Amino acid sequence: MSIRHGLLALLERGPRYGSQLRTEFESRTGSTWPLNVGQVYTTLGRLERDGMVVQEGADEAGHDLYAITDDGRAELRSWFGTPVDRTSPPRDELAIKLAMAVGAPGVDIRDVIQSQRHHTLKAMQDYTRLKAQALTDVPANRDEVAWLLVVEQLIFQAEAEARWLDHCESRLVRLAEAAATDPSAEPGPAATRGPARSLTGRTKARR
Amino acid sequence: MSLPAATPPPPSPGTPAGDPVLELRALTRTHGSGIAEVHALRGISLSVYPGELVAVMGPSGSGKSTLLTLAGGLDNATSGQVVIEGQDIASLGRKGVAALRRRSVGYVFQDYNLIPALTAAENIALPRELDGVSVRKARKEALAALAEMKLTEIADRFPDEMSGGQQQRVAIARALVGDRRLVLADEPTGALDSETGEAVLALLRTRCDQGAAGVMVTHEPRYAAWADRVVFLRDGSIVDQTLTTGAESLLAAGATGAAGTSGSAGAAK
Repeated sequence: MSIRHGLLALLERGPRYGSQLRTEFESRTGSTWPLNVGQVYTTLGRLERDGMVVQEGADEAGHDLYAITDDGRAELRSWFGTPVDRTSPPRDELAIKLAMAVGAPGVDIRDVIQSQRHHTLKAMQDYTRLKAQALTDVPANRDEVAWLLVVEQLIFQAEAEARWLDHCESRLVRLAEAAATDPSAEPGPAATRGPARSLTGRTKARR
Repeated sequence: MSLPAATPPPPSPGTPAGDPVLELRALTRTHGSGIAEVHALRGISLSVYPGELVAVMGPSGSGKSTLLTLAGGLDNATSGQVVIEGQDIASLGRKGVAALRRRSVGYVFQDYNLIPALTAAENIALPRELDGVSVRKARKEALAALAEMKLTEIADRFPDEMSGGQQQRVAIARALVGDRRLVLADEPTGALDSETGEAVLALLRTRCDQGAAGVMVTHEPRYAAWADRVVFLRDGSIVDQTLTTGAESLLAAGATGAAGTSGSAGAAK
């Protein structure tokens, strides 16, 4: 997660101090990814080292203020202009779990799928409730709009997962059926208990 | 990751209040017999309370539509009971079921099923006129329902002059007009684009928050997520369901570690 660029984006609106940046970051993202002040100052330190921000005086309460530099602005523009890299996807525990569940002894992969689907749908119900609350009034400022976008991203991501799980389940059922009717087929994900599996008393030699 | 500790969900979600509006008891439906016997439903039990919206999900052939058909008294169970507003529909006889169906149950279908020759207001008023309410009063109720949905401007339009989303919202208003408290919806968002589908769901949600009970069949996780409870069917049985939850589940869902630091987040509003 790019705290670095998030902070630059906030600083572009004017000089700010550390805990102010933290608060603003969280109200944008609905504190979906909470920051601690330590992270904020560490990141500011690196940005300062890289010439993207400078310390610029203090406000009347004595907070040290940070300001974005021209290099920082250029970096920010390039961030907005560059797509987020999807070519080296992060490890996904669920994908790994299902991959390992295929054919694993003593594991019913449909149960693995169902328990995840349950969990994912429940998370979606919670997100949707938050979203419905956010929508009771028309979003009044950019923080509220930003938060709505973030919570909808959570919903869409969870939805993609739920759909993928549905797909996995029907794929496994179809493969099990195919394996049951086509003697030359690979045994397939034999760990699934597809409905067709029990229909054949077939004992022909497998390849 | 942590989420703001949202204000508690709207009054109802979950806290079953009063008696169930719909109760399915060990419901079984078998088609054919002997070798050709197909078990569409195998002993389904489900209670839906006022204020509750229940989504039913499952692969095709899992029994979703059969469940809805039986719940609405449109088909007879092989065994088990369907109890609507405390009345076992098997005890009512055909006329009685027809009357109960008309009085207590509203249906929402994927393809809206408004009567093409009637305007929006007339479509909503029709069930009330069949209830024996005067034409004038029924129209007044229909207009009030439309106003509540901010659809006053389409009151005198015919279905073919409305968008799909408008037709479906009219269908929901018609389903719940008068004292009707049970709405059965079969893929109500099926033909709608994502944003319109959402508006329809939000309306259904609101009507349930106001005290109706809803059962909705859908294959779209994003719409099912508007429900208080999601029931998963597989091969005619309920294999699982998400429990009705309150806001505490938001805290349980991974935020516990950060709850202390992010509890301040009023940012949801």
